[in-house]
This record gives sequence, C-alpha cells and structure tokens, in this order.
Amino acid sequence: MSEQDNPSGAAPASPQPPAAPKPPWEEKPVLPVPRDAREHAQVRELAAAVADAVIEAVEFAGQVTVTVGRERIAEIGRACKEKLGYAFLVDLTAVDWQDRPEGRFDVVYWMHRHADSVRLRLKVRVGADTEVPSVTGVWKVADWMEREVFDMFGVYFAGHPNLERILTWEGFNGHPLRKDFPLEGIDTGAAVYPDVFPPGGGPVAGGEGE
Amino acid sequence: MSNLESIKPFPDSEEMEISFGPQHPATHGVLRVLLRLDGERIVDAKPVIGYLHRGTEKIFERETYNGTIPHTDRLDYTAAATNNQALVGAVEKIMGVTVPPRAAAIRVMLAELQRIASHTIWLGTHALDIGAQSPFFYTFEEREKILDLFEEYCGARLTLNSMRVGGQPYELTDGWVDRCRAFVDQFPARVAEWERLLTANRIWKLRTIGVGVISAASAIEWGLTGPPLRGSGVKWDVRKVFPYDRYDEYDFEIPVGANGDTYDRYLVRMEEMRQSVRILQQCLAKLPDGPVMAKVPKVIKPPKGEVYFSVEGPKGELGFYVVSDGGANPYRLHVRPACFINLQALPEMVRGLLVADLIAVIGTLDIVLGEIDR
Amino acid sequence: MTNPWVAFLLVPLVKIVVILLAVILLAAYMSFFERKILAYMQIRIGPNRVGPRGWLQPIADAIKLLVKEDIVPARAEKLVYFLGPVLVVAPALVVFSVIPFGPAFKLFGYEVAPYLTDVNIGILFILGVSSIGVYGVILGGWASNNKFSMMGGLRSAAQLVSYEVPMGLSVVTVLLMANSLSLVKIVEAQKQAGVWFFIPGIVAFFIYFVCGVAETNRNPFDLPEAESELVAGFHTEYSGMKFAFYFLAEYANMVVISSIATVLFLGGWLPPFPNWLAALWASPALAWIPPIAWFVLKMAVFLFVYIWFRGTFPRYRFDQLMDLGWKVFIPVSLVNLVAVGAGVLLIGGK
Repeated sequence: MSEQDNPSGAAPASPQPPAAPKPPWEEKPVLPVPRDAREHAQVRELAAAVADAVIEAVEFAGQVTVTVGRERIAEIGRACKEKLGYAFLVDLTAVDWQDRPEGRFDVVYWMHRHADSVRLRLKVRVGADTEVPSVTGVWKVADWMEREVFDMFGVYFAGHPNLERILTWEGFNGHPLRKDFPLEGIDTGAAVYPDVFPPGGGPVAGGEGE
Repeated sequence: MSNLESIKPFPDSEEMEISFGPQHPATHGVLRVLLRLDGERIVDAKPVIGYLHRGTEKIFERETYNGTIPHTDRLDYTAAATNNQALVGAVEKIMGVTVPPRAAAIRVMLAELQRIASHTIWLGTHALDIGAQSPFFYTFEEREKILDLFEEYCGARLTLNSMRVGGQPYELTDGWVDRCRAFVDQFPARVAEWERLLTANRIWKLRTIGVGVISAASAIEWGLTGPPLRGSGVKWDVRKVFPYDRYDEYDFEIPVGANGDTYDRYLVRMEEMRQSVRILQQCLAKLPDGPVMAKVPKVIKPPKGEVYFSVEGPKGELGFYVVSDGGANPYRLHVRPACFINLQALPEMVRGLLVADLIAVIGTLDIVLGEIDR
Repeated sequence: MTNPWVAFLLVPLVKIVVILLAVILLAAYMSFFERKILAYMQIRIGPNRVGPRGWLQPIADAIKLLVKEDIVPARAEKLVYFLGPVLVVAPALVVFSVIPFGPAFKLFGYEVAPYLTDVNIGILFILGVSSIGVYGVILGGWASNNKFSMMGGLRSAAQLVSYEVPMGLSVVTVLLMANSLSLVKIVEAQKQAGVWFFIPGIVAFFIYFVCGVAETNRNPFDLPEAESELVAGFHTEYSGMKFAFYFLAEYANMVVISSIATVLFLGGWLPPFPNWLAALWASPALAWIPPIAWFVLKMAVFLFVYIWFRGTFPRYRFDQLMDLGWKVFIPVSLVNLVAVGAGVLLIGGK
C-alpha cells in the first residue's frame, strides 16, 4: 500500500497478505540443539552388538556421539568394524577438558560405514595418567593418528606398535595441545640441549634471541 | 613388472639404512624417509615428518572463527580454496547456517578451479621426477591462468582466504565469468596435449604400471581417500556421498582405476580434471542470482557441541572437527588431513620396489607437507 | 708439395688446432643450443642476457668454471681423481682425428683433405678409443671417496658397456655393406652405391642412434645422473674445471655419435641422391655448397634429435634400461646383422 492512498496517515483498512517465507539465508540461523540419542538406530544396533557398551549417546547437528568405556574401546571398535560394518576409521583425535573430574581428555573415534554411508562417533574419557587400549589392531590407519594424539596430548595407548612422537621431535618436552601448554611455546633449547643453551635462556623463554 | 626376487646384485648384501631427505629435490617438501635397502631393493621405508609443524591447531584456539580461515590456506597450500570450503562448511554446520545458492555456486567454482590447479602441480612435478621435463612448464602455464582468476576474485593467488562463514566475502568482478569460461573452454585441449605426451608413452607406462600397488581392501584399511582410493577401484567421493554446497545439483562422474597402481592414479587425476571442467561449465551456465552472504551474527558464537564436516579436496577427504564451548573462539579445531593419512600407507606401497620407484610413489600420493605437518 | 716438414708437421698441426678448436667450441655451444631449444620446447626463452640474445653464454660459463674454486675431497685418491676427467675428455677428442668432414679438395694447387688422417682401420680405432671413456667414469666415481658416487659410476659404466655391444653390431652391418673399415672409404662406398646406408640398414641406423644416446648418458637413459636419484652420480664431488671436463666430454661425445652416424648412415659429406641427382648438385645454383656443409647439416639434425629426446621422454629405470640393452637391442641387432649379411651376399656385393 502506498502512502498516497492515506494522505492523512490513517491505519490501512484491510490486513496485508502474509509475506512469502524468506529463504533460510535471509533468516537468522537456527542453531542445532543436542538431543539424547539412545533410541537412535545406530546407537541401538551398537547396544545390540556389544552388551552394556553405551554410557551416553547424544545427537547434535545430525551426528551421533556415543560415549563408551575406556577399557573396552578396542573390543567395541572391533565389533563396530566386523559386526556393524564401520570399516573406515575417518579420524581419531582428542580434546582436552582440563579440570574435568571424570577424566581430562576425550579421545574421539569417527567411523564410516560404506554400505549406507553413515558415520558414528565414539568417545572415551581418559585421565592424564590412564592409558587407552590401542585400536591399531582393528584399523591400521589408527597408527599415526594415535601417535599424534600421544604427541599432542600425552595420552598413552596400550598395545600400540610404535608409540613415538610424530610431529614434534624426539626429546621434546611437553604436549602442545594441552590447555596448560602456552601458545607462545616453551623453552626447548635448554630442555633438549642443556650444555648448549643455559636453562631459561632458550629461544622463547625471555632470552635475547627474541 | 620385473621379477625382483631373482635380482640380487650383490649376493651377500647386508642391509643399508639411508635417510632420504629432508632436503631432497624429489620429496616435494620437507619429508624424510628412512630407507632400509638391500642393494637397490627397498626392504622397508619409514617416513619421518614434523619438519613443517607450525602448531596450527593450537593457533586455531586463539582465533575467531573467521580468523581461522587464513590459517587454513596454509595447510595444503596448493589447494587453499578447498581448505577454506571445509572450514566454513564445518562452522556453518554447527551454526545451522544455510548459504545462499549464489555463494554455493561461487564456492563450487573456486573449489573446482583449485582442484585443477592442484592437479596441474601434481602432474608437472610427478612427470619431472620420473624424468619428463617438459610437462612441468605446460601445466604451470595453465595454472597461471587459474591463479589470475583467483587474484582477480580475492586478491591472492595462493593463500586465498576466499570464503567466510555464511557465504562469500566478495561478489564476482565484472567479466570474471567470461574469463573463467574462456579458460574452461580451452582447457580440455591442453589436457589432451599432456595425455598425448605421457599416457601411451612406453617409458611412462614402464615406470608407472605395477608400481606402488595397493588393493581396494588395503586402501580402505589404511584410510586412504581421494585418488589413491579411487585408483584402487573404490568409487567413493565426498561430493557424492555427503554432498555439500549443492554438488548434488551438478552432473559429474567419479573416475575409478582398476589396479591400484601409479598409472591408474595418474589416469584418475587426469579424468578428474576433465570432470572439474564439466562441473565448471554447469556452474557458469546456471549461476544463480542473489546475495552472496547469508544473515549471520557479527560475532560467530556456535552453541556448545561438536561437529565434523568434510569436503573432497584434490588430495582426498579433508575434514574439520569443531568442538565449541559456546565462545567466540573454537575450543578445539582439529584437521583431518588427507595427505597425512595417505602418506601412512607409503611403506605398504613401496616394500619390495627399487629406489627409483620410491620417487614415483611419493609423487603419486601427491603429498603436501603443509597438510601433513600442520 | 713434398717438403716433409710441411707435409708431416705443419699441415697436421694446423689441422689439429682447427679440429680441436672447432670441436671444443661446438661442444660448448651445444650446451647453449640445448638450453635454448629445450627452452622453446618448454614455452620459455632460455639464456638471453649474456651477449647478443644470449650467444656469449657458453663463454661466460667457461670463464665461471675456470675461476671456480677447485675443491678436492679430503680423502679422495688424488692422482686418480685428477685422471678421471682427463680420461673422459681425451678419447672424445681423439676420435675426431679419423672422422672425415669432406672429400679431399684442391687449395692453391695443393691437395688438402679436411680430416686429420684416414687410417684403414678407422671404425675399429673409434670403437676402441671411445671405450677408454668408460675408465674415466669408473675412476672418477671411485676416486671421489663417496659411496653414492661409486654406485653412480658403476651403474654408468655398466650402462656404457652394455650398450656398446649393439652399437658395435650395428656398425658391423655398415662394414658388410661398405667392405672397408676406413671411414673415407665408407662414404665413398655410399657414393658408389648411390644410396645412403641408412636405407638398406634402417634397423641398424635406429639401433645405432638409440644406443648412442645411451652411450652418452642422455635422456631417456640418464638415470645415473638424474637429480631425482640419491645424488648426482659419479661427478658429484667434482667442481670447477674438472666438472667442466665431464660436462664437455658429454657434449663432445654427443658430437662424436652424431658425426659417426652421419658418416656411416647418412652419407657423410654427400648430398642426397649423389648419383641420381648429380646434375642438380653440379648446377651453378647449388654447386657452391661445400660438402662440409652437408656434413654439418646432417650432424645438426642428430644433435637436434638428442635435445628433442630430452624435452620429451621420461627416463628409464636402471633395471629397465639394462633389460632393454641386453634383451631387446642385442638380439635385434644380431638378427639384423645376419639379415644384412644375407642381403649383401644375395645382391652380389663385392
């Protein structure tokens, strides 16, 4: 309705027709919400394949995350691969929830099933001093992924064929992706070569080579 | 493939361990491979990486979500657009953002141009390592044309920073579509030229057929993705399995090899370049109008939760795992690096081959140390 | 003209100087032509700064290599280390003493032959002398006191020795057709036959040239010195003038192979169809072309093909290279030898 129809500014007589719905990119985004997923198909078949495996299950943004027991991860992983068909381990990583009482780290396994193209996330809670059974016996690809988690977080994987640092160098002291590791780095000179670099005088710890 | 068991140049040879790299013209970056050799035959190979580790995932935790995008350029620095696409896709998934169709089309064009650009580097360097010196120059000439298009769009040739959470930062410049179309129209003839030089060449086939074989089952076991997986016969591509940016609206095929050797991976990548041209032609033909940016808040603060999102990069499946604690910086942002995982299968592919074949296999895996070491 | 001091000392000296200068200059400029031609094949320009359009580049390279520091590895075997480059360059240059660049002609009333000498075992001399070059490779690799140079030298030597056999067999087919070992007589035999020997000896021609490429360690047979190998092969530890010698020897060997191929298979200094088109070549429009021009033109074609190969082909892996030499070229050249021999017998050659 144009202004010319109501020069006096009176309210229009008839209601306006409802506007066409705006496309989603012109609306504010609808944030995903986490939901309990115990009744989700993937979780039910996991519970059926391995008894008492599921501790917690969450569905968020269309992806299902199942928290399982740390000691049983290798057994559960094998069941996922052999009974449920998740033959492709896409990713294995960890998250540091510092100061969390039930275990500092979350080790996360993200698996893919080719048959119907679904993915499932397994999560395991680990403390700083406890070890996780390695899944290299289940998926060969886990080898370097677990080495990286060990290097970056310090999580120890029991049964890993060659648990060495992979991205940092041998002799490096520290686990860079932990939350208490400073972003600026640590003194790596004295830590590795104490006879060459005096303690505290390494490349980044306030020495002269800044 | 010659009968390697019967070749024993020195009858009582002891094994020798030598370090191949990290400074070596043929290792494509700072890769070190510890080789155990029996004469000329490789008994075992152990890649040693980490020479380019820059703490990218730690840096991510300090940046805002849009501020992490330039850092993704530097992961696989030969394929910046697909890195950008993976990251913004992940943040958009955790924010529930849908990008406008025009932005999705621009992203697809940038990604496919980037796929061609990355494959041209692969072809030039791979051929150079095997001894053919001229294709390097021809492929880089085509890459220059693509880099000019990138520079026109976002101001950078290599580290593009060409996408944002919610859409595209810039509209296409005047005439960009025409220049892109001109490039796309002449490109298949170039690929045919390169194929004439190599595909039927007796020496090329001798050097690549039967070299670096990995079976389909092994490839899935070792988590390979991208051309190394497809060369072994597994028809799997993230663009088809989990379509993103409206890839399901385009008509294209996934080339697959038969034997899982270097020659098949070569053919797969050549065909991928042609399929990228096909997608680009479709994009250019039906480029939608509209805004290039969705309505997103000024400060991106995803809800608490975690999400994984991946794209099909030129090297394989590149994914980002975003863990948000509700703040403006990612709590954890992990890269699922295609090259890192593909490289892990190197010893499997190279055991029993000769040293000259190691070069061919490193070339065929198409590794970029930026993504391996982050 | 009978003064022995002139005939046996002055004239040969002059010839030696001319031939050596020409060959060394040609070998040096081969590096320039290679860089330029390869560049144009690769859609770039090549050296174009030094001198007019880059033509003084080889001079600049020579000066650079001359004034470069001569590094000798500490534990290298000194005498042999010095001897290595000499043993590659010397045979390459000595071979030019018997290659005929043109027919004898009259100059100021004197008979002048544009070649240093014509021994009646010319081909045998060439095959023998060029085999000495293998020593330079092995000794250079060994004397560097470097495990990988040694391996590179051994591999290179194995390659050279293997490819000499089919090369020699191809040469023998020419001998069957020409009935003489002397190079001048071989060219004259082609004139008498009226046809260049590459037509009846087409198989031998291809085998000779391809084996020649392998003999000079050139692409596609250059694995022993490729950069994607562990190191640069037997001449890794050499710098300065010694490295220049290896470099020079490689190009000089290319010129040797090309000249011999020209003489044996393409009629040396003869124009195409020398008898059939004799009137054409004698006509005033074309009679001024000196025979040596034909020689140089044919040699240039081979040198261009060398460069063309480098710009086009990937390289063979070493075991594939040896397979090719022993399992393909030797049987084929043996069969070819028998076939050509039978042909010569049937056609009733002398």
